[in-house]
Amino acid sequence: MGAIYRREMNAFFTSGVGYVFLAGFALFSGLFFSVGVIGSGMSDMSPMFGSMFLIVLFLIPILTMKLLSEEKKNRTDQGLLTAPVGLSSIVLGKYFAALTLFVIAESIVFIYAVIIALCGQVVWSTLLGNYFAMLFLGAAFIAIGLFISSLTENQMASAVIGMFVLFVLYLMDSLAASIPVEFLRNSVMSLAFYSKYIEFTQGIFNLSSVVYFLSVAFLFNFFTVRVLDKRRWG
Amino acid sequence: MIEVRNLVKRYGDKKAVNNISFTVEKGEILGFLGPNGAGKSTTMNMLTGYISSTSGQILINGVDILENPIEAKSNIGYLPEIPPLYVDMTVDGYLNFMYDLKKCKLSRKAHLKEICDLCKISHVRERLIRNLSKGYKQRVGLAQALINNPPVLILDEPTVGLDPNQIIEIRTLIKKLGKNHTVILSSHILPEIQAVCDRIIIINKGVVAADGTANEIANKLTNEHKMTIRIEGTSHTAADKQEITNALKSLGGIKYVRADMEREKGIYDYDIEADEKTDVRRAVNALCREKGWNILMLQLSDMTLEDIFLKITSGDIAAVQERISDEAKDAVAGMEMIFGDDKEEGEE
Repeated sequence: MGAIYRREMNAFFTSGVGYVFLAGFALFSGLFFSVGVIGSGMSDMSPMFGSMFLIVLFLIPILTMKLLSEEKKNRTDQGLLTAPVGLSSIVLGKYFAALTLFVIAESIVFIYAVIIALCGQVVWSTLLGNYFAMLFLGAAFIAIGLFISSLTENQMASAVIGMFVLFVLYLMDSLAASIPVEFLRNSVMSLAFYSKYIEFTQGIFNLSSVVYFLSVAFLFNFFTVRVLDKRRWG
Repeated sequence: MIEVRNLVKRYGDKKAVNNISFTVEKGEILGFLGPNGAGKSTTMNMLTGYISSTSGQILINGVDILENPIEAKSNIGYLPEIPPLYVDMTVDGYLNFMYDLKKCKLSRKAHLKEICDLCKISHVRERLIRNLSKGYKQRVGLAQALINNPPVLILDEPTVGLDPNQIIEIRTLIKKLGKNHTVILSSHILPEIQAVCDRIIIINKGVVAADGTANEIANKLTNEHKMTIRIEGTSHTAADKQEITNALKSLGGIKYVRADMEREKGIYDYDIEADEKTDVRRAVNALCREKGWNILMLQLSDMTLEDIFLKITSGDIAAVQERISDEAKDAVAGMEMIFGDDKEEGEE
């Protein structure tokens, strides 16, 4: 797992994907920070975290698009799958590499915290609550992105499908509201990402939501392993 | 070292590999020979655990590849048809990655240096793989397979796309490796297999068509009943040709006589095919003595590996003869192209 993790971390920066992701995250979070937080004279960064949901939704598929699709296309997966490592090590190595990059990108909020601290009071509990909420959301989204990357050989297709799927997940709340059957509406609602995430930015640290995000992360990593395993039996 | 039992790989209705069994002993260099699409790569991919078999068993060093894949794979170095190279890495970065991936315990610096020296890539270690030529990429692929010194090396068409010098280098290297490793290599290039391998398995349409050394396979197929004889007649004219042909045909046991080209002035070669297991050489000799002809040459038609391959993969000897006549047709066609053909011009 370590070897794959280190290779992916290097690959993020040799291919430029890492820079694009970090720059994209810094640009939009900076924009929301300066306009929504500094501009409105608040010391609470929650509105910025709320807005970042949509940005993360488009950035994460860029981060994950190549992870497995390129391996298949360039036949480098033959090297990985015939090496004495398990499928889960391969998948998790890639997963944690992407997650690490996400954490690095997200940690820019601590620079914003310093800026706020210079002219006011930072509410650390809110900040950390938001920070971890976004981390858990990222953990779930990256697992979904990685799964989609395992399904195709084309990194562009992987990115576009990833964005589409994550966007549908975002829309789930509004879709759920229009479902007339109550049972169905509640089921869809309970799977929705946005409302769960937004709760955190409103100051509610809901443990069940954390469990939900982590379960999604676990489940999709498991699916990815299954896809790789299934391909060998094809 | 490697034991394969009743291996089957099915893709839908099609059996890509159909009930293949063989064993490879330690230190053997085994050549997998077959036309494109015969199931060579599929078999190799199953041997290395890249794909799973539909049924059957593969034991690498006594370890089942499906039951205990990680242990089995640690015994194998694999160079697939397309080397699994990350083109945006340097050679050194890539080899270090593979070293870590294979959880190699040997001294990193010394081991990688040894491999790079062996594969002659020491001077390109800092370069990006993307910028290497095909030959160097192939060598990096081979180097990657050698990491961790696996007892079994599986090389899928290792010389494809290389220039003749590189082919010779890689072949020499494989022979060298064969001293300490069990090697399976596949190819559809016959001389290569013949030059490198101790033993050959010919695969055709997913089944083992022949298994043995080149000579063993040849001996099974050739008989002493086909030969080419150059006979000098008395008159040195075309009349000789007719007379000798007829005389040969009248000998007992001869099925087929064909007068070939005029090799020396007024002297012809005769291709003879006798009934199987009938040695007609003495009878021919006696005939010539009686008629006062001289035998200037007698050559049994040894089958080349190419003939064997064609015979096996196409199912019968007719193909070998067809190939020979095809070559003649090609030659005729070539001449027509050069000298022009009235008919074709007329059609236009």
